[in-house]
Amino acid sequence: MALLEVKNLTISFGGLRAVDDFQLTIKKGQLYGLIGPNGAGKTTVFNLLTGVYKPDEGIIRLEDKDITGLKTIEINKAGIARTFQNIRLFKELSVLDNVKVGLHNSYPYHTLEGIFRLPGYYRMEKEMNEKAMELLKVFDLDQEADYLAANLPYGKQRKLEIARALATDPKLLLLDEPAAGMNPNETGELMDTIRFVRKEFDMTVLLIEHDMKLVSGICEELTVLNFGRILTQGKTADVLNDPQVITAYLGE
Amino acid sequence: MNKMNTKLKLSKTAKSNAITYLMVIVVYLIVQILLAGGHVSSLMEGLLVPLCIYVMLAVSLNLTVGILGELSLGHAGFMCVGAFSGAFFSKCVQGAMPDGIRFFLALVLGAVVAGIFGILIGIPVLRLKGDYLAIVTLAFGEIIKNLVNVLYIGRDSDGFHFSMKDSISLHLKEDGEVLINGAQGITGTPHDAGFTVGIILILLSLFIILNLVHSRDGRAIMSIRDNRIAAESVGINITKYKLMAFSISASIAGVAGVLYAHNLSTLTALPKNFGYNMSIMILVFVVLGGIGNIRGSILSAVILTLLPELLRGLSDYRMLIYAVVLIVMMLFNWSPKAIEWKERIKEKYFSGFQKKAVAEASAVKTEKKEVK
Repeated sequence: MALLEVKNLTISFGGLRAVDDFQLTIKKGQLYGLIGPNGAGKTTVFNLLTGVYKPDEGIIRLEDKDITGLKTIEINKAGIARTFQNIRLFKELSVLDNVKVGLHNSYPYHTLEGIFRLPGYYRMEKEMNEKAMELLKVFDLDQEADYLAANLPYGKQRKLEIARALATDPKLLLLDEPAAGMNPNETGELMDTIRFVRKEFDMTVLLIEHDMKLVSGICEELTVLNFGRILTQGKTADVLNDPQVITAYLGE
Repeated sequence: MNKMNTKLKLSKTAKSNAITYLMVIVVYLIVQILLAGGHVSSLMEGLLVPLCIYVMLAVSLNLTVGILGELSLGHAGFMCVGAFSGAFFSKCVQGAMPDGIRFFLALVLGAVVAGIFGILIGIPVLRLKGDYLAIVTLAFGEIIKNLVNVLYIGRDSDGFHFSMKDSISLHLKEDGEVLINGAQGITGTPHDAGFTVGIILILLSLFIILNLVHSRDGRAIMSIRDNRIAAESVGINITKYKLMAFSISASIAGVAGVLYAHNLSTLTALPKNFGYNMSIMILVFVVLGGIGNIRGSILSAVILTLLPELLRGLSDYRMLIYAVVLIVMMLFNWSPKAIEWKERIKEKYFSGFQKKAVAEASAVKTEKKEVK
């Protein structure tokens, strides 16, 4: 069964068709790549999927449930979590608290329980701490749990963003250029982490990436966008050898 | 390892909170001893309740400015709402119930009414950001003050009469009494406020704010401050938590207002007490004490209230001093040199603790590995 099904997705900004007639089907457990030259509309697709923009046309279905036009919060609750191209952490919060914000909706004790420190507060905070530390450990961030997120090195900030997204217990994880600004070593490490996350959390991943080593290394299928339209879709090896794709990236 | 780290975290915030409470209690005890010994001048004694009021205002505004991260310049407006609703209630039921219960109910009423105003004003205002929000809250504060100035409410055997024109158009009978008399305000509010009550209310405000900040909802509020888009992407309800912070902040300002009203025999809404000057003064407390630093707000509110009184001769230049202090503090907070200096101080005095904590944590980890 398809986990995510997108049909005829279209959005225009003024006269510009940023995304035009976009189609996508992702099966459960897949590692799917969305690539294309700069300005092709990849991040716009992410913003459409997560409800930041409302599509002019088209349908988005997650596990056969129509989530088109829902608000960002509702889409997150439905099971899509994301990271951002330019890292967006809660910089003045500790690393642990960043993940705990991600756990927010899973441990819904009442405001008054929090203010008056009723037993529910202690019980759920304890569970939250344990769960958050578990996640941090996966990303090898447990040593830095008490640091402010802003003080983490770049690569770890990227990892923390993924940990935070996973804390919302999603079905589908969207990664927007996870390897941007990483050196080859860090990229290699990130590939291992993504593979591990998929296995450990039984996660489906859709990622935008420019790093072809990462894309060819871990993505099973690809969609190539160019000027808002789908250039080609299919198995990674086939797509990357497609002359059209090479032209789009390198020019004539 | 897990337990180690989480325990460390909890105890750190708990310790910091305990210091804050303790600070207030110690000051209270010292003042009580001085009062008993007769070492406090009547001038200073008269300042005790206003001090409590300013501290509550500063602490509550810090919830909006520091924790929620929105600049509000209408805080005195919420204080005004609380003051008038509390005083009005006290005036209405005076003699009908014991003083203690009446004052308690007045405080609750002030909190509730100011909180409702916080929500009503917050719904449109919190859609704005930064300077726009500051300007609109400033306007709302002034609107509240001016509305109260033309509010006339009277009571006679027929019940309540209400007017926005003047006291004559209330058409009261002979036995009637004007409760709120427009620009003349409310006269004859019972004098219930005291230093002890003020300190209890400060502790209560601290309890609510500190516990809120260090709970699930506080984290949500701070996540909105740090990155609204990311907060939304992990399922945080932005509107709900913005309104929550804003209305709790307004409620506590309302309680401070009730305390203020019950400390004076005549309550009028003047630019001096409920105008934007007051709002800005509270903001100065918050900025000076450190945005987001609750303990700092308490300290700066106390120091900045006492300072002009101690330098009584300079009292006319009070607002001038505030302006200068604000500028200096802004420079201090933003200039790279000052930030560098602060970092150095921090490193010098606090790095030892952190290093120790990390060392302990890793020690536990290796221990665990060996057991495996």
